[in-house]
Amino acid sequence: MIEQLIWRWRERARSSVQHARLDWPLLGALFLLASIGLSTLYSASELNLSLVVGQGSRMLLGGMMLLLISRIPPSILRNWTPWLYGFSLLLLVVVALLGHGRGANRWLAIGPIRFQPSELMKLTLPMMVAWYLHARPLPPRWSALLIVAVLVGVPALLIAKQPDLGTALLVAASGLFAIFLAGLGWWRIFSLAGVMAAAAPLLWHFMHEYQRNRLRMFLDPESDPRGNGWHIIQSEIAVGSGGLFGKGWHHGTQSRLEFLPEHTTDFIFAVFSEEWGLIGVAVLIGLYLFIVGRGLWIASNARDTYSRLLAGSISMAFFVYVMVNGGMITGLLPVVGVPLPLVSNGGTSAVSLLAGFGVLMSIHGHRKLVSR
Amino acid sequence: MKSYSRITAIKDTAREADQFRIRAIIGFATIVLALSALVARFYHLQVQRHDEFTTRSEANRIRLHWLAPARGLIYDRNGVLLADNVPAYRLEVVPEHAGKLDPMLQELGAVVPLSDDDIEHFRQLVAGTPRYDSIPLRLHLSEDEVARFAINRYRFPGVDVVPYLTRRYPLANEFSHLVGYVGRIDLADKAQLDPGRYAVTTLVGKIGIERYYEDMLHGEPGYERVESNADGRALRVLDRIAPTPGKNLYLSIDARLQTVAEDAFVGRTGSAVAVDPRNGEVLAMVSVPGFDPNLFVNGIGHSDYNALLSAPEKPLLNRAVSGNFTPGSTVKPFVAMAGLGLGVRKATDTVFSTGEFHIAGQQRAYRDDLRGGHGRVDVIEAIARSVNTYFYSLAQDMGIDRFADYLVQFGFGEKTGIDLPTESRGVLPSRDWKMATQGKVWYPGETVIAGIGQGYWVITPVQLANALAILAGKGERRQIHLLHATQDGFGKPQVLQPIPAAAPSFIKPADWNAVAQGMIAVVNGDGTARGLGDGFPYVIAGKTGTAERYSRTTEAWQNIMETAVDRHQVLFEAFTPAESARIAVVVALEAGHTGASDAAPIARKMLDSWLTTDAAAGIGVLK
Repeated sequence: MIEQLIWRWRERARSSVQHARLDWPLLGALFLLASIGLSTLYSASELNLSLVVGQGSRMLLGGMMLLLISRIPPSILRNWTPWLYGFSLLLLVVVALLGHGRGANRWLAIGPIRFQPSELMKLTLPMMVAWYLHARPLPPRWSALLIVAVLVGVPALLIAKQPDLGTALLVAASGLFAIFLAGLGWWRIFSLAGVMAAAAPLLWHFMHEYQRNRLRMFLDPESDPRGNGWHIIQSEIAVGSGGLFGKGWHHGTQSRLEFLPEHTTDFIFAVFSEEWGLIGVAVLIGLYLFIVGRGLWIASNARDTYSRLLAGSISMAFFVYVMVNGGMITGLLPVVGVPLPLVSNGGTSAVSLLAGFGVLMSIHGHRKLVSR
Repeated sequence: MKSYSRITAIKDTAREADQFRIRAIIGFATIVLALSALVARFYHLQVQRHDEFTTRSEANRIRLHWLAPARGLIYDRNGVLLADNVPAYRLEVVPEHAGKLDPMLQELGAVVPLSDDDIEHFRQLVAGTPRYDSIPLRLHLSEDEVARFAINRYRFPGVDVVPYLTRRYPLANEFSHLVGYVGRIDLADKAQLDPGRYAVTTLVGKIGIERYYEDMLHGEPGYERVESNADGRALRVLDRIAPTPGKNLYLSIDARLQTVAEDAFVGRTGSAVAVDPRNGEVLAMVSVPGFDPNLFVNGIGHSDYNALLSAPEKPLLNRAVSGNFTPGSTVKPFVAMAGLGLGVRKATDTVFSTGEFHIAGQQRAYRDDLRGGHGRVDVIEAIARSVNTYFYSLAQDMGIDRFADYLVQFGFGEKTGIDLPTESRGVLPSRDWKMATQGKVWYPGETVIAGIGQGYWVITPVQLANALAILAGKGERRQIHLLHATQDGFGKPQVLQPIPAAAPSFIKPADWNAVAQGMIAVVNGDGTARGLGDGFPYVIAGKTGTAERYSRTTEAWQNIMETAVDRHQVLFEAFTPAESARIAVVVALEAGHTGASDAAPIARKMLDSWLTTDAAAGIGVLK
């Protein structure tokens, strides 16, 4: 009896592995990345195990989300898309009205769980843009672009207002990637870019004073050694002193000490760079590149436009994280609060990222099924 | 891949898939390019500039060391120092280096005494400050304590004795209420202060001028960039941005006049305020008794504080701006001015005083001070002899609404807006005020007693002084104030505060003459303070006030009638030279016999002192 049960369980497990709609190379890369993330976190937090366990368990939750979502066919995701988007938008409005948080209204508290609706939007916004574009003749026309601009602009403005400029830009970027991948004509791309460049001074007008200060500091970090400029300088020292081979795990002096702000969250890359040097950085960036490339490969092989656009924009948005965070800690880009994916401490971000990869897995796993 | 066989309506799926593949490749190429740029940046920092950053990181570390600005000094108008900075030593702790705080505090307490207050303040600050910041633990160490700590210093890593500037008030009690004091920054202060500006500030203004002009007095902190070794010890200073000291303040107060006023109270409780009606400057502002503000600066002990709190004379109460007095007869010149200004009375109109006044149809008698009455009096005599009946009937004829509307022009029932915190509004009785605060209707009898400054009417000495200055200035309202000049630092030029513009006068000259004659007669004629102006070179105009502290129907009144001579609040107001006033003085005592006998002599002493100190004393209308 028991043997039979065990046998049946084993068979079921074997079949679900064999028929699992998972992309093993991608999953392996993500697992590796999460391991690097946790070990860096352990070092950056001065061997604070409870912090690592907390982050680990949130990653586990994200992993389960990934597995769950990978079982859902893209066609069903597509049918849910407008509702999911509407729901995320509603949550953003609720946050704007009664959010919690230190100085910024980013969090919603439901019982003991606190999460940022803007993270949900990171996933549902590219879904919505893909959903809108997939039924239309491509490349998109101006009128379609206008609709997309509204679909992207409204949540981006709500998030920027929280204020969370980093996330707002990321959300907006994922929408723009979908348009790019949809085959928007080149001259339209360039004229859009021109319009956005012209609108940049307007953005300045909408920024909070601290955000403006960050930009000013970026241009001249030495001018404010007591504030944001100090952070940039210290981050560069941490990175630069890491050298080619790094100081070794948990031997970074600069980064773990008082000099580096937010060294378990936004500036954790500096800790990693100090301890593992250029070699470590190259490996990590290579890993990220592999994940993005694999994502785009999955997108290219997807069966329908919706899946393609969605998988493509999720992958490219993932790259933006790495680029913005890496640029920030090396003084290449201004300081905006963007985490290093799956390495920075932060629950909602890890869960939403892994959920996004769940969508990629689903698209990959269902590529052989006719979905239209 | 072979979807050609499937029929799609409008969309060309195959072409879209190809298109997408091209875009994905372009996208990926861009990503590779961007990430290469990022790696190049890492290469630049980690390989090309590695040595530079290693130097900055490993051997030496640069930290910012904040420098506290010196607090601005406070002087009187002639440069007499009222608040000073003196060097002292305090204990500071860097929690990051100090190890476990509880045993450390325990051990340290055996070397240098720490009060519960010190420890509580310290814990609050530890909770809200980064662990690498230095946090003050005990202020104002004695020489003995500094020496004892120096011997034991090796036992306490992260704890250090640090020099700082503390506040000293050389004229202690005399200016306690006016100048106020500074105290240790607490959590409530922290919530309001700019954390950058106050990063290394220990003391913040708590009351008085110190509080009101905190922003000007504080200054801007500077910093040093210090190279430290791996243990955090400073090796050398790289560069230094000096702190900007706070502004020095010169108050309009004349310390000599203030001292004379303070001394004249000889043990009584009360307040005196002197204002220059020409510019609104306060020349003296006294609240007696005072206290020693130096006690508060470095943390007052519980016993000292409780003694101040529980003292029956309430030394912590600033009677000049927060003391509530019943004005009594001192308001009669203002009420008379209202009667003339509103046209209810002409200067020649008379009233027959029989000793009692009745509202038609009511039993209750409103009395004159003189049994049998003063006979027939006009406005001048009514003020000079303080004839109640004249003002009862005047108030009744005006009605409470016109009465209140007119008198508010003298600032009654409103804050004067003087540059001190915690000012009280007082009460100008009116129908609206009573309905708003008590929810009750107004009775005619209340109008009648308002005419002699009784009933609901409440003033603060500074409010009455402000009203008197408006009257003395013939109806020109000027913002009264204490700040005379500011100075950016020692030896820098003084910047005079502009004289506030006056609102146009609301008083007709003829009316003013009538009221002023009444007030001159108070002092120089047959009035209630006759003889007070003897020997004074200028004509003094004044008015006495004697306000009952207790209702005549209560038991307390009976007791006080039988036992105490000083059973009233007594007041005196005066300005001189009467025709072109340069000083207006109000004296208010919480307990006294009459305004003439107790308050007026204090005012005279102040005027005598003013004669000898006023720079412009030869100008004016001599008798």
